[in-house]
This record gives sequence, C-alpha cells and structure tokens, in this order.
Amino acid sequence: MARRTALFTLHQALGARMVDFGGWDMPLQYGSQIAEHHAVRRAAGVFDVSHMCVVDLKGAAVRPFLQRLFANDVGKLEAPGKALYGCMLNEEAGVVDDLIVYFLGEREFRAVVNAGTRDKDLAWMRRHAESFGVEVIERSDLAMLAVQGPEARRRVADLLSAAGAQRALALGTFFGAQIGDWFVSRTGYTGEDGFEIMLPPGQAEGLWRALNAAGVASCGLGARDTLRLEAGMNLYGSDMDERTNPLESGLAWTVALTPGRAFVGRQALEKASAAGLNRKLVGLVLEDRGVLRAHQRVITAAGAGEVTSGTFSPTLERSIALARVPVAASGTLQVEIRGQLHEARIVKPPFVRRGQPLVG
Amino acid sequence: MSKVPSDLKYTRTHEWLRLLPDGAVEVGITDHAQHALGDLVFVEVPEAGRKVCAGEPFAVIESVKAASDVYSPISGEVLAGNPELASAPETVNSDPYGRGWLARLTPADALPEMLTAAEYEKLAAEEAD
Repeated sequence: MARRTALFTLHQALGARMVDFGGWDMPLQYGSQIAEHHAVRRAAGVFDVSHMCVVDLKGAAVRPFLQRLFANDVGKLEAPGKALYGCMLNEEAGVVDDLIVYFLGEREFRAVVNAGTRDKDLAWMRRHAESFGVEVIERSDLAMLAVQGPEARRRVADLLSAAGAQRALALGTFFGAQIGDWFVSRTGYTGEDGFEIMLPPGQAEGLWRALNAAGVASCGLGARDTLRLEAGMNLYGSDMDERTNPLESGLAWTVALTPGRAFVGRQALEKASAAGLNRKLVGLVLEDRGVLRAHQRVITAAGAGEVTSGTFSPTLERSIALARVPVAASGTLQVEIRGQLHEARIVKPPFVRRGQPLVG
Repeated sequence: MSKVPSDLKYTRTHEWLRLLPDGAVEVGITDHAQHALGDLVFVEVPEAGRKVCAGEPFAVIESVKAASDVYSPISGEVLAGNPELASAPETVNSDPYGRGWLARLTPADALPEMLTAAEYEKLAAEEAD
C-alpha cells in the first residue's frame, strides 16, 4: 500500500484527486491544475512535499564525508544555514540522486533527497558514511510544505511571531534557519520566490489551513511539475538517472572539479569529459500546436534524441520540454508526436522565471 | 457527481452521441471523462469528409497530464469537426455536452446499440470508486 503523509486526510477533505508518486499517495490536483499553476506564478500556492526525504548527517567528519559523497563542493558552505544543490554520483558518474544540502553546523548537515529514491539514497549514504564515522538519520518525523509564489514569503511571515517573521524575511536565497519548531528555507522547485518549511507533522494541517485562509491556494503535484519544467529544473528519473552523467543532464554547474576533491564518480566523469560528450540536455519550445511528452522521438541534423519531460506551459500557452539530443544539435529540430513530425526550437532553460516568460 | 443527460447515448469509452433532427449525429466526451482528464490544452478534431468506422480513434484530446484518443461511436462520414476547439480547448471542460462537441457525422448504417444514461452513470460511478 502506498505511504501517506500527515496531510492525507486534509487532501481528501479538500477534494484532491490522489495519485501514486514514488510509492506515496499524493494529491495531483484539488481543482484546475492550470489555475493552481497560475496561483503560484501570480500570488502564492502551498504544496505538500512531505514525501521528500529529510536526512540529518552528523559527526566530526561530516564535511569530508560530503566532499566524498557530493559532486558539488560543500566548501562553498561557510555561512550557517546556507544550502547547496547538487548530485550524488556512482563510480561510473551516473546520477544516484539530486539533492539539497544545508550547512547547519560543523558537525551537522541536512540533506533533502527525492521520495522515490529514499531507500537507495539512504543505503548509499550509509555505505559511504561508515568510514567517516558519520551518522545518517532519516527524519521521517518531519512534515514538509512548500509555499511558493511572489506573495509566499509574506503569507508565511504573517503566521510567525514578530521576531520569527523578521528572521524568515531576512533569509537570503538558498538559506534556511530553525525558527521555533519550523525549519524555514528560501528554496523551492517552481522558479518563484518562497519558502520550504519542515515542521512537526501535528502542525502541518494547521499551517495549511491558515495559509488557505490567507489566500494561498492548495496546489498538487500536477502544478508542481508544470512549474518546475517552466523553471527548467530537472526531475530525477525522467531527465537524469544512473545511466546519465550530470554533464549530459544540464547539471555541469553543480559539479565542482576543484583540485584535490575526490568525490565518487569524479574519475569517470573526467574521463567521459576528456573523451568528448555525445549528448546534452536542452530545452525545447514546440512551434506547432500539440503537446510534447516524455519519450517522444527527436530528430536533429546531428542525429536522434528523446524528450525526457514535456508538458503544456500554462504561462507560455504552448508546449515546452527538456530533451536529450546529440551534442552538436542546434537551432530547430523535429519531434515525432503520434506518428507525425512537428517542428520545435532549442532554447536554453529556464523558460519562465519569477513570473516572466524568458522565451518567445 | 458528474452530469449524465438522459437524452443522449453513451459508449464504454466515455463518448456521448446526440441524434440531431436531420438524422446526423453529434459526438463528444462525457463530463466524467473531461473531469478525469483535467484541464484540456489541445484538441484535434477530424476533418470534414473523413470516413470513420465505429470504434476507430478519430479525435485526440490532450490535457496537461496526458493525450487520449476519442473513438467514433458509429461508422459514417464526418460532416464537421468543432472549429472552436482549436483556440478554446477548455470549452470541452466547461461545456462537454454543448459547445464542447467534437464532431458531427452522417451515420453509414442504423445506429448501433449504445449505453443509456442510466447504464453509463453506473459505469462512471464504478470507475470513480
């Protein structure tokens, strides 16, 4: 049976359509998915992301451990609360998962990994943690809400004490802080400003209802997917996995090849890079009517490729996608949609950021 | 609970059929179907003159989530696809039995056995469980 978050009965009471996502029974939408999408771009929306896995990493050698486990450089994390996005790679440089790592203290970091890869990730972390004497603690005792949109931070701050609100509103992008019972971070997966809040499960429904009362829309995984795709953010398992390396997944910016760092997968990655990469992940905008979908075939002058994620963009009112194509592909290409070829154009993601379209 | 008008005929694949006064038929998808699909963003209707067989996919509707075929309930010739849906696919969501019709056809034969409103309502209720 699928797992349920602390908000399952609330989702049902709000009339959500539930779907299985990574082994979790999650809300797909409450009403119109497009209306939920626009609510986040124009005002604020709240998502249940309690299915994501929070992992605390503790020990004197937690920083060297993360230098080994994580392809990004935790040396960049000097200020308490600062967060960093990146990947864990396997020895072949395939992506085990993408994650956010928060610096809480010299002996304590916090990671947030994907729901569908929870067991694999925990096993991978524990396997490498042992020799560093690092404890890997799954925080299944926390619920997590994402409140996103131009009005999101204000709406959350209004529910905090005056001092708490001040601290929350002072958080820089990609910073988090423990404020009372809540860990509040200025992060998200929508391309909008906002907070993600980790909190005791018993407080999650109250927070959700208070946000609803303040005009924040309940939003499901459907809107979360169209928002993240407009924002040009990868979805693990669709846009990258263990068979693709970060350089062919649009994630080169998350790989720190700082001299002396010996992270898992580095050797294989440098070897692949030196040999020349064959594939790259690009953004596509469909010129014709229709909708790009994952696994559609892409035909370019430089060879074939595949759509990895595709959808209808409610903001651009046309179809957009991420696609893996030959590294030499450029300009326009063809996508096969139900047996017919349609023209699409390669663009550099993101497609939309902070409510503004970035592609014509 | 979705609406199921009593004066229409239905298929197990969630199309409805309305007999028009001149003997032609109008076809669309049910309220239950549009609700299950979610926000529609693209509808491809058949062109006039196309000959279709009963059970043949003759239109495509795409929601944000997925693409679905629509099957012709009858054999016949397409008189018209609904021209409004190219620019306003959401009409199928808001008015599935009215302005959201997909196609009008001239039946080639006598109309086949189809589900009554009561029978379709039962089918839709079972699927919703």
